[in-house]
Amino acid sequence: MNHDYQKDIAGCGLAGLINKKKNPLSGSHIAKSMALMNDRGNGLGAGYAAYGIYPEFAELYAFHLMYDDHTSRMEVENHLKNNYHIEKTEEIPTRPVEGLGISPLLLRYFVCPLEDKVVGDMTEKEFVVNTVMKINSEMEGAYVFSSGKNMGAFKGVGNPKEIADFFLLEEYEGYIWTGHTRFPTNTPGWWGGAHPFTLLDWSIVHNGEISSYGINKRYLEMFGYKLTLLTDTEVVAYTLDLMIRKHGLDIPLACSALAPPFWKDIDKMPDAEKEVYTALRLAYGSAMLNGPFSLLFGHSGGLVGINDRIKLRPLVAAEHGDVTYMASEESAIREICPKPDKVWAPRAGDPVIVELEV
Amino acid sequence: MFKSLALPEYLATIDKEKCIRCKRCIQNCGWSVYSWGGDRVQIDTQKCVKCLRCYHYCPEEAIDILNNETRYKDNANWGFSHIRNIKRQAETGGMPLTGMGSDLPYTILFDHLLLDACQVTNPSIDPLREPMELRTYLGKKPAKIAIERDKNEKPSLKTKLGPQIKLDVPFIFSPMSFGSISLNAQKVLAYAAKENGIVMNTGEGGLHEDLFPYTDNIIVQVASGRFGVNPQYLNAGVAVEIKIGQGAKPGIGGHLPGEKIPLQVAKTRMIPVGSDALSPAPQHDIYSIEDLRQLIYALKEATGYKPISVKIATVHNVAAIVSGIVRAGADIVYLDGFRGGTGAAPNVIRDHMGIPIEYAVAAVDDRLRQEGIRNEASIIAAGGIRSCADAAKAIALGADAVGLGTTALITMGCTTCGKCYTGNCSWGITSQRPELTARLDPEVFGERLSNLIKAWSHELQEILGALGVNSVESLRGSRERLRGIGLDEQTLDILGVKPVGR
Repeated sequence: MNHDYQKDIAGCGLAGLINKKKNPLSGSHIAKSMALMNDRGNGLGAGYAAYGIYPEFAELYAFHLMYDDHTSRMEVENHLKNNYHIEKTEEIPTRPVEGLGISPLLLRYFVCPLEDKVVGDMTEKEFVVNTVMKINSEMEGAYVFSSGKNMGAFKGVGNPKEIADFFLLEEYEGYIWTGHTRFPTNTPGWWGGAHPFTLLDWSIVHNGEISSYGINKRYLEMFGYKLTLLTDTEVVAYTLDLMIRKHGLDIPLACSALAPPFWKDIDKMPDAEKEVYTALRLAYGSAMLNGPFSLLFGHSGGLVGINDRIKLRPLVAAEHGDVTYMASEESAIREICPKPDKVWAPRAGDPVIVELEV
Repeated sequence: MFKSLALPEYLATIDKEKCIRCKRCIQNCGWSVYSWGGDRVQIDTQKCVKCLRCYHYCPEEAIDILNNETRYKDNANWGFSHIRNIKRQAETGGMPLTGMGSDLPYTILFDHLLLDACQVTNPSIDPLREPMELRTYLGKKPAKIAIERDKNEKPSLKTKLGPQIKLDVPFIFSPMSFGSISLNAQKVLAYAAKENGIVMNTGEGGLHEDLFPYTDNIIVQVASGRFGVNPQYLNAGVAVEIKIGQGAKPGIGGHLPGEKIPLQVAKTRMIPVGSDALSPAPQHDIYSIEDLRQLIYALKEATGYKPISVKIATVHNVAAIVSGIVRAGADIVYLDGFRGGTGAAPNVIRDHMGIPIEYAVAAVDDRLRQEGIRNEASIIAAGGIRSCADAAKAIALGADAVGLGTTALITMGCTTCGKCYTGNCSWGITSQRPELTARLDPEVFGERLSNLIKAWSHELQEILGALGVNSVESLRGSRERLRGIGLDEQTLDILGVKPVGR
């Protein structure tokens, strides 16, 4: 087991919004909201995740890939050709932005796994996850930004406005958006290291440093996850994947495992509930995210925001009509929704769960 | 009787000016160092073990116990103990015995590990103002759980959890039998265990009826001698422990001399008064791992499926052995490290066999994770935990909880003199002589041991707070929060920790 790694540390700002009726919203909203929180990052990483942006390919896995060079592109494309039906390959549209460094090659593929490759007990999703793991850990110079259906991640080294402009974010329309700006303390910028971090249709933007990273990583390794990025966000993504996709917990319970209630509160619960939460803590104690965090995770069915157990990082939520907003700062919400119907600060460990209604 | 040529280790001295001839030293010394010479106290310093009972109980502070400055000629090869032991063996033809853990200067890795703390990028947490959780459950944990919701969305648990021992803090008392220690010493452990919501362990000497009120805080042990084992005993505690080995004497059995078997001990152990209680080296129904499995399940059947702990000495191949023990069905594996204590062990075994607990915990935790079965059993690290810092480091290396033996005895007056096997302990801890054991008031010293557990709990909370986590499970196995100082690359690799500066 490799223990000689250097962990990536970053502070951050984040924002997210969801229209539960699936009415499309342009990417310009989230970009504007994030731009207000420019001072929460240091220009070394920003990114966005969008859901509902590829309705014409809704049934296909949308692979957003980043390459350092053409060699890595060829290696990945060969692998994809052998394992997937590729409906479409294209460069991700970008525009030049002054001040932004040299960007990597950015491509997207709309694919579905070849039937004869998904054999035995393996599910299609597992097959895709394995592909992502293989590319990220074994194929030098290639990195998967996102791999879900009808969604995509856009990220890079820059501030939120630069990245939004670069990817022409205003031209996309989606019903869930999340955004992130980073303040890494120890790493040179790397496009793959920006948030959101994704796996299948999961996307995570995260503000915080998980003080329990060491055990979280070792716990996930026991279940075969390879943690190559050495970021807290990667831990969050894989933990959710494990608990929700593999172990079948629902989202509120998965949130309770990530930021569990204190024993003093569990002790006061009615018996059946006490049993549930005790078991959650016993089974997932090593998966508990301890230390400061606020995070948003988007998925094909909705958006969830959650804080650590004692709220050491900010998270504000607001509602206006069918849209729910969440952000590190209230100002970032009011920037794009000046008069929300309701604004509140979610309590520590108490998730805000919004599900799409249609 | 000839005069021994083995040099006395200590010189007991009495300042004749200060001495008021009160004879308290004579009364207090369990080893008969002092006797009355008609007008003054006479000293037989050869018998002195430096337990310091007389020193503390001399009302005039007239006593001093000095290290014997007279040594054999300096020799980097032939150390004092080598020469002295040879002389003793030549005189007696026996194996020099000893008590306590090894005192030889092997590397203590705990002293080469440093803990992390938070600065700026993540906040530390103040345990005086925020909840700081130390609660720990020992037992098999499910790899995943199934939860169903009823039509009102109320969740209920569908997975059946295995039996668990709830500890309010991640410390337990190590097995020490009635016989090796006095009943009062066991009562001290029981009192403090109950007071702190943790457990003590009977050791292999059976369960005296005076401890019945404490059975919610007791693990009963089954060792190779099967002393005191009957159905009632097996079902008395919260768990049963199968003792395979002990850190101080891996591979050999127990040795309780007849001198330490008065009526009460004999009754509890179900053996004749004054007979030597010699536990066989192996358990004679366990010659292999499949035999262990059968005993584990026999005990589970006998107890209605209470948790079963298996205690082993940490030996070279400990990781593979523990993997087997876990697969054999153990709910808890108790690892007793090389420096673990004993009431009686041959010097040659204690000082030269086994491996220290730090390596063992790291190797075992790694192996169980590699095999995907770390959740199947809890790990207790014991044998050399001297402070809360050691405990925190052991937990960070992968232990669920730590076992405290010698530490507990020190709160009762023990000075680690290492003469437990003689039965003469002046503090009444490892003696069965009523005039000595009466000195150990279970409530007074129960309170002291309880204080110690509370103090260490506070310290552990401070450590967790400085690490920026508010629950002990976030420290468990979190080796990222440890750094090694002055350790070679291979040791770091075995421990799974980075060097300081990385």
